[in-house]
Amino acid sequence: MSRILIIAEHDGTTLNVATAKTVTGANALGIDDIDVVVFADDPEAVAGQAAALTGVSRVLAVAHADFLHPLAARLAPEIAALAGDYSHILAPSTTFGKDLLPRAAALIGVNQVSDIMEVIDARTFKRPIYAGNAIATVRVPEGGPVVGTIRTASFAAAESEGSADVEQREAQAADPGHTRFVKVEGSDGDGPDLSSAPIVVSGGRALGSSDNFAIIYSLARKMGAAVGASRAAVDAGYVPNELQVGQTGKIIAPDLYFAIGISGAIQHLTGIKDAGTIVAINKDAEAPIFEIADLGLVGDLFEIVPELEKAL
Amino acid sequence: MKILVALKRVVDYNVRVRVKSDGSGVETDGVKMSINPFDEIALEEALRIKERGQADEVIVCSIGGSDVQQQLRTGLAMGADRAIHVETATAVQPLTAARIFLKLIEKEQPGIAFLGKQAIDDDCNQTGQMLAALWDRPQATFASKVEISDGKATVTREVDAGLETIEIDLPAVLTSDLRLNEPRFVKLPDIMKAKRKPLDSMAIDALGIETAAELEAVTFEPPPKRGGGKMVGSIDELVSELKNKGLL
Ligand SMILES: Cc1cc2nc3c(=O)[nH]c(=O)nc-3n(C[C@H](O)[C@H](O)[C@H](O)COP(=O)(O)OP(=O)(O)OC[C@H]3O[C@@H](n4cnc5c(N)ncnc54)[C@H](O)[C@@H]3O)c2cc1C
Ligand SMILES: Nc1ncnc2c1ncn2[C@@H]1O[C@H](COP(=O)(O)O)[C@@H](O)[C@H]1O
Repeated sequence: MSRILIIAEHDGTTLNVATAKTVTGANALGIDDIDVVVFADDPEAVAGQAAALTGVSRVLAVAHADFLHPLAARLAPEIAALAGDYSHILAPSTTFGKDLLPRAAALIGVNQVSDIMEVIDARTFKRPIYAGNAIATVRVPEGGPVVGTIRTASFAAAESEGSADVEQREAQAADPGHTRFVKVEGSDGDGPDLSSAPIVVSGGRALGSSDNFAIIYSLARKMGAAVGASRAAVDAGYVPNELQVGQTGKIIAPDLYFAIGISGAIQHLTGIKDAGTIVAINKDAEAPIFEIADLGLVGDLFEIVPELEKAL
Repeated sequence: MKILVALKRVVDYNVRVRVKSDGSGVETDGVKMSINPFDEIALEEALRIKERGQADEVIVCSIGGSDVQQQLRTGLAMGADRAIHVETATAVQPLTAARIFLKLIEKEQPGIAFLGKQAIDDDCNQTGQMLAALWDRPQATFASKVEISDGKATVTREVDAGLETIEIDLPAVLTSDLRLNEPRFVKLPDIMKAKRKPLDSMAIDALGIETAAELEAVTFEPPPKRGGGKMVGSIDELVSELKNKGLL
């Protein structure tokens, strides 16, 4: 039996692009049957979007009021209940997938393959370890399904040229009652999404204050780019946490990345390794960021950034 | 209430890890080892909860060879009350680690099991979630703020969309994110005091757990290198390079 189950990530109305990337990862397995399961209080719209993804053969729409907010404790038993029908269970390596899938894997009784970056064969994968300083090839033993998260920066989003059937399914588990959603607060920035934007402009500790970060936002706006940041800039409170790029923030793969006033610590670099072109602006010619940047410019960012904006 | 904190011994985050030339693993000989940074943050938070009078005992535990006792001693010097070492000859993967922690939980009955969100060596980000599943208790992963009251925890979590707040009943598993706190420095007298704190060591076999089927490591390789960079001398040059590449 070879059949893949993908857990859809969505906000209730829109399927997250991370799911489309997970479908591309699944397509690389060489297995024809790919199901996407949508847990939602009203799955119709999201299920429709999932059904359109190229390579998807069936969408399971599971409606329940409990699924208004995705809580791992509520969803993991649902996944475990479906697991018997599948050889592979995949989710994107986003905070949603990282929170949920290991809980399901433990219920199923298998270790998880985290952050799959390349598929070698149906049970063998490459994944980064040590903040991306090494790439491990791991093989999943027989005796249970492959449960894995897909490193979204390694796979392009699947096209929307398909038309899979949508099947309604009943929820099979109950609310454990011990975990309650309270709220989620985001900056709701009006710019493009950091995880999928073709151009990202990131600022680091060198910006010095949240007021100074305005020059980064301004440059990004001029280019239609998303704004990112180093951990130091987030820790200092210049920008909110969801802008952090790196090992413990977002792993991104834009066509063009600007690292401005960022030294280039390994934990930051691991988040941008798959970027097309990296531009570094730093006043220190010895900064490690220049070792991996495709284009480097030495100088004071407070002079360069406004000038650059004008020159564009 | 007791708090159980997991401390993993890992290659220090400042070390630039290298893959062995035969692809059998990474070079760890003579390399600086430390407590996994996330675990240090978890311990700091546990100590603060105790200092606020909301816990009576902080127990640190680690799974590994005898050298993990160094990290346990550091944890005791930071302020933990006692330590448990589960001795294994080979490294364990997350599901086995979670089964071991569950055994310790059954024995110690903590109100909170506090783990790091990920170990910076294997970067798995699994063990806490697995433990919560096996224990059949709530999980609050990637925590950046924790408030305890009346047998509940209100936890702010760092998620892709921003900050999520959930409320969970205790006992529960928490995993720490980087911005939860800044761990304290260990002072010399505390290192001396830590030597007298209890450290129990037990063999993994004594726990009676079944080891999970492990992922087989086939090979290790260095990451693909990015092509050599080019320095530009001016903003105009930068802009024209980007235009040549068709990026602007
Ligand atoms: C477990 C762990 C996980 C981590 N995860 C992440 C992560 O996900 N993402 C991340 O980014 N970091 C992460 N870090 C932190 C990382 O190690 C670095 O501390 C951090 O990336 C540094 O941020 P920075 O480059 O902005 O600051 P700094 O290292 O302080 O660099 C500032 C740079 O700005 C330059 N500069 C100063 N003034 C100017 C000026 N006027 N004009 C131009 N340049 C100027 C300086 O030359 C310097 O190179 C992690 C650390 C740990 C331990
Ligand atoms: N061998 C171990 N000893 C102590 N703690 C561990 C061990 N393995 C995992 N952990 C804990 O589990 C967390 C997540 O690890 P991982 O799932 O491997 O990324 C770590 O931050 C530790 O808190």
